[in-house]
Amino acid sequence: MSLALTEQTHGRLEKSLASTALAVREHVLCMATGGGCFIGASLSCVEILVYLYRCELSVSPDRLTDPDRDYLFLSKGHDVPALYGTLAELGFIERSLLRRHLFIDSNVYWHPNRSVPGIEFHSGSLGHLLSVAMGVALDIKLRGGKNRVFVIVGDGELNEGSMWEGLLVASALLLDNLVVVVDRNGFQANMKTEDLVPLEPLREKFESFGLRVHHADGHDFADLGRAFDRARAGSGRPEVVMARTVRGKGLPSIESRADRWFCNFTRAEIEMLLEELHAGTRATITSQVLVVR
Amino acid sequence: MTYQDTLISLGLQDENLVVLTAENRAAVRSVPEALGERFIDVGICEQTMIGMAAGLALRGRRPVAHALAAFLTMRAFEFIRTDVGIARLPVKLVGGVPGFLSEANGPTHQAIEDIALMRTIPNMQIVCPADEEELAHALPSILAAPGPCYVRHTAAKAIIEHTPFEFGVAETVSDGDDVAILTYGPLLAEAVRALDILQSKGISVRLLNMRSLRPVDEAAIAAAATAAEVVVTLEDHFVTGGLYTIVAETLVQRGIRAQVVPIGLDARWFRPGLLADVLRHEGFTGERIADRVLDVLERRKIALKTSS
Repeated sequence: MSLALTEQTHGRLEKSLASTALAVREHVLCMATGGGCFIGASLSCVEILVYLYRCELSVSPDRLTDPDRDYLFLSKGHDVPALYGTLAELGFIERSLLRRHLFIDSNVYWHPNRSVPGIEFHSGSLGHLLSVAMGVALDIKLRGGKNRVFVIVGDGELNEGSMWEGLLVASALLLDNLVVVVDRNGFQANMKTEDLVPLEPLREKFESFGLRVHHADGHDFADLGRAFDRARAGSGRPEVVMARTVRGKGLPSIESRADRWFCNFTRAEIEMLLEELHAGTRATITSQVLVVR
Repeated sequence: MTYQDTLISLGLQDENLVVLTAENRAAVRSVPEALGERFIDVGICEQTMIGMAAGLALRGRRPVAHALAAFLTMRAFEFIRTDVGIARLPVKLVGGVPGFLSEANGPTHQAIEDIALMRTIPNMQIVCPADEEELAHALPSILAAPGPCYVRHTAAKAIIEHTPFEFGVAETVSDGDDVAILTYGPLLAEAVRALDILQSKGISVRLLNMRSLRPVDEAAIAAAATAAEVVVTLEDHFVTGGLYTIVAETLVQRGIRAQVVPIGLDARWFRPGLLADVLRHEGFTGERIADRVLDVLERRKIALKTSS
């Protein structure tokens, strides 16, 4: 979102982004039944994905194989319902495909895969796509391209050694066309990140590894816009956008709860949650929560 | 031609070829000068190297990734399986000092389960050249193939002139029908010494250089087991999961009955030492291989007499 935009245009754009985000949340919610999905991690990165696809990434449904497109890699993988929803809202895939979530003959399942148009690579095993994104970023640099590579990682994923190994090498290779977006929702599978293997001070960790760090409220489009604008500078260093987010954002009845990670709700609960999403009354959830990990 | 000369020459012809290493430069010392930015040393980061190789391949590159075989196939195993294997990307993996070639390094460096691991990955080709000449000859085919490939690197000098390399085709070094010896890698040299000894004793030996373990020459395995009384698999690898297993699977599937005797490492690491000493200590010299084959044939003769 260019800061040069007038306030009026800005306001209109933000409204429009918010409306896309709401539609994406509806999609995510509708995937949290009939087998369920990782709803907590999906809802925390909705604004990040909507902002990137609508305002930042140079990519579109008719440029899926264009070597000059920007690349987005979803490294944590659990959040793929939010990506499915975003791709459906922006015309990369049919909305009807999402109704086939988890069908045995559908490619829309719990983790991303390349058979879904718009998804660049499969993930699910944590700590992999940083290095894959680095390979793509390096090739773009070798070929003199101007396109950029974004990789969304979870904060829990930062437990993986391969993340830190990759960051060291990304700095060494001066990959300033690489933007690592941290969905800092404060949770890993079963608990708060700081209660298990504390990550803080995280900014200092990244900076000491040679990266530039930009903080943002991960649910505020204007703030995300400012952070991504700053991450454009071509500083010679890889960039990190640290987006502070809320697990389960948008549904107060499940927000910031360790036991609302993977959820498989009843149809009735989905109806209540949809109402809650549209600022209605708070849902009453009685479903047992299935923690897959 | 050496491995690296061939790699450089192929790299100069194909701008998509990129050479990676996790700071193992022994086999590619001259590549940085020749290929410039297309030589990428990521430091001691095998996992990152494989992830990056996958990313480079997504962009149309042909990455050739180097690391010591033990760390390449084990430290980075899940990256190979998940990023390269699932996506069937044309990443070529070259493992340094595999098998006995780790010499005195000790068990940490002994890649003697690399083939077992790599052959669990769908579409992974496996090439184990006997010497550097065969490696160099095989390289164009390895790089041209559309999927991933694991290569056991060797700098051994050739002691025989090889027939042209082809995936899935074993090289017949000697034809015979008393015993068949199937092997791969630098142990071929010891097998050739064993062949001379056995032939001097009037034994008819079929010696096959298996070299392409995936795809493997199933017809050659079946023909060897049908023609010879005994099949011996000779390898610097655990008996589990290597050539012995490949031969056993092939014969069982085809319903061919044969005695298959493994000369390999039976659920143990080998005694670290200089290569010649390792071969002697572990019983893998030409003389010891010949003795072991004679022993098998002798016992078989006694068994047959007793039963008749």
